[in-house]
Amino acid sequence: MKSEKHALKKWLVAGSTLLIMSAVQAADDNVVNVYNWSDYIDDEILTEFEAETGIKVVYDVFDSNDILETKLLAGSSGYDVVVPSAGFLARQIQAGVFQKLDMSKLDNYGNMWNVVNDQVARFGPLNDYSVNYMWGTTGIGYVEEQINERMPDAPVDSLALVFDPEITSKFADCGIFMLDAADELIPAALAYLGEDPNTKDKDVIAKAEAVLMGVRPYIQKFHSSEYINALSNGDICIAVGWSGDIFQARDRADEADNGVTIGYGVPKEGALMWFDQMAIPKDAPHADNAHTFINYMMRAEVIAKATNYVWYANGNKASQPMLDEELLGDTSVYPTEEMMTDMYIVTPYDPKTQRVVTRLWTRVKSGQ
Amino acid sequence: MSNKGVLITGGQSEMGPLAAAQMRLASFAPYRWFVAAIIWIADKLGLRGRSLVIAMPYLWLLVFFLLPFAIVFKLSFSEIAIAIPPYTPIVSWVDGIYLRLQLSFESYQLLFEDSLYIKAYLNSIKIATVSTLLTLLIGYPMAYGMVRAPKQWRTTLLMLVILPFWTSFLIRVYAWIGILKTKGLLNLLLMNLGIISEPLTILNTNVAVYIGIVYSYLPFMILPLYANLEKLDGSLLEAAADLGCGPFKAFWTITIPLSTAGIVAGCFLVFIPAVGEFVIPDLLGGSDTLMIGKTLWVEFFNNRDWPLASAVAVLLLLILIVPIVLFQKFQERANAQSA
Repeated sequence: MKSEKHALKKWLVAGSTLLIMSAVQAADDNVVNVYNWSDYIDDEILTEFEAETGIKVVYDVFDSNDILETKLLAGSSGYDVVVPSAGFLARQIQAGVFQKLDMSKLDNYGNMWNVVNDQVARFGPLNDYSVNYMWGTTGIGYVEEQINERMPDAPVDSLALVFDPEITSKFADCGIFMLDAADELIPAALAYLGEDPNTKDKDVIAKAEAVLMGVRPYIQKFHSSEYINALSNGDICIAVGWSGDIFQARDRADEADNGVTIGYGVPKEGALMWFDQMAIPKDAPHADNAHTFINYMMRAEVIAKATNYVWYANGNKASQPMLDEELLGDTSVYPTEEMMTDMYIVTPYDPKTQRVVTRLWTRVKSGQ
Repeated sequence: MSNKGVLITGGQSEMGPLAAAQMRLASFAPYRWFVAAIIWIADKLGLRGRSLVIAMPYLWLLVFFLLPFAIVFKLSFSEIAIAIPPYTPIVSWVDGIYLRLQLSFESYQLLFEDSLYIKAYLNSIKIATVSTLLTLLIGYPMAYGMVRAPKQWRTTLLMLVILPFWTSFLIRVYAWIGILKTKGLLNLLLMNLGIISEPLTILNTNVAVYIGIVYSYLPFMILPLYANLEKLDGSLLEAAADLGCGPFKAFWTITIPLSTAGIVAGCFLVFIPAVGEFVIPDLLGGSDTLMIGKTLWVEFFNNRDWPLASAVAVLLLLILIVPIVLFQKFQERANAQSA
């Protein structure tokens, strides 16, 4: 018994030494921990960054702002660079999550596009804390064959396609997905009603419930990343989703040559414009490497490569000559400034209103 | 002891499910560190031998169950805030001299006001009950067939039941997406066979959740049943046959009653985890599949409402305690009977 206890003690000592060693090693490692959206980068960029700087990229992905915020508000997330959307970022800055960027380490900042920076500034002092990665609109992706078969004159450029029960019900059998994002679908429902999508008035917000509930029986799933595959395989025929994701689905379907043609409609009632921003948490373990990473991503040729791959517009003016011509000319990717005035943004809700919004959304999702 | 549900059979057939779980725990490195630390502390405190052995499970319970539960319980009385962490403290200093305790019951109020949560609880219990019964209906004949199979086959059959555990649970559930989806394997098969002309919508419905749970938890039903049926005294059935009892009646009046312990163990092993199941309804269920595990996840991760998520967890635990206590009582009774 005595000797066994002794052996256990040795075991314990050895174990804890190992633990401490690995912790020290992790701190010494030349890494940058990046937490970004899924399907949102050309992997080659990361490889090239590693080769050039010797900094290893630990890349992790999420598919909703909510998940990211949960991790950030729990504290000590361990991430060095995260990419929240502007509305969420504004609130997280208030909560004290982020550090101001050290502009002296970002010598590529001059490449950024003032049009996007001005839009981002509408959310608050975001430009002190973050740099735009990509931006886009939330719209409707659809499978042309399935739509034509059921309703050749379907209003694919209108929210009526997904919010008018009479029209939406025609497509229930081929599958409709919606983003699982309260802060995008509720404003969209309000835009459909002609209300101010960015309203903070609880009574107005409540009006969205009837719209969403009216089409709820025809929605198969609320999910923010599955729709890329589901659309490109033709498993579903309509998805309310993010512009670039739907273009990725279109490309995957083209490559597979499976008889699925995917279109993207920017809602004429007004489309939500969102901005995904690269930022550095206050407790980032490798803040220097994080600056190096963000600075690298601001290089015109790097971000152009990312945009050519993910088919989202970026906030980098200098990169525009290097983009695929087809992409820059496509107003559903790069809307004209005139079109942008018709689009809306959604600024953050205060905690009490947020609870009203999430509760409404939970009821809609569960169909209760 | 002989009638008790047994998880692992063979040479250690006298081992109960708890003992088997403890065996598995003992090979788990953090557990061994924990044990080593406890032994060290106990040594310093002058605790030796018997008292130490008795104290161990209680310490385990204290550190890994009661303490976390106390934290969750405390959290459920906070309010949400935009801060790190995202809730208000319940204890604070006022003017540097008054200690203020502020308990918010808003989360519990919401639980009862918003019918969503009650529905989610009831629906979880319904889904778990139906799945448990289905698992029993499928698992019992399988366990019975395994026991009746020639002796040299039994180990292989047992292995086949356990084999799926070699693949990650998540991947096995994911595989069902490929099978059940509209253009999936099942629909292709049925359509090619001419049984159906239009594909069935199974994925993202409750049916898919039932399939997922029954599939995933079947081994937990089969193993205790197998262990129990294997020890059934065959001579009882022979005696029944000698006395003119048909095989069907003998099964109902002898085999089933004697295997009650196995049935109960299997049912609890399926029911309890199924109530709180999150992965299966999330991957296979539709957005209208209400289960409390998923509701809890949504509150915590999507709504960032930690206090409400904690209140849901506290109630879930209260609901689960009832069947667990019942199970414990049943085991005690079975032990007393066989002693």
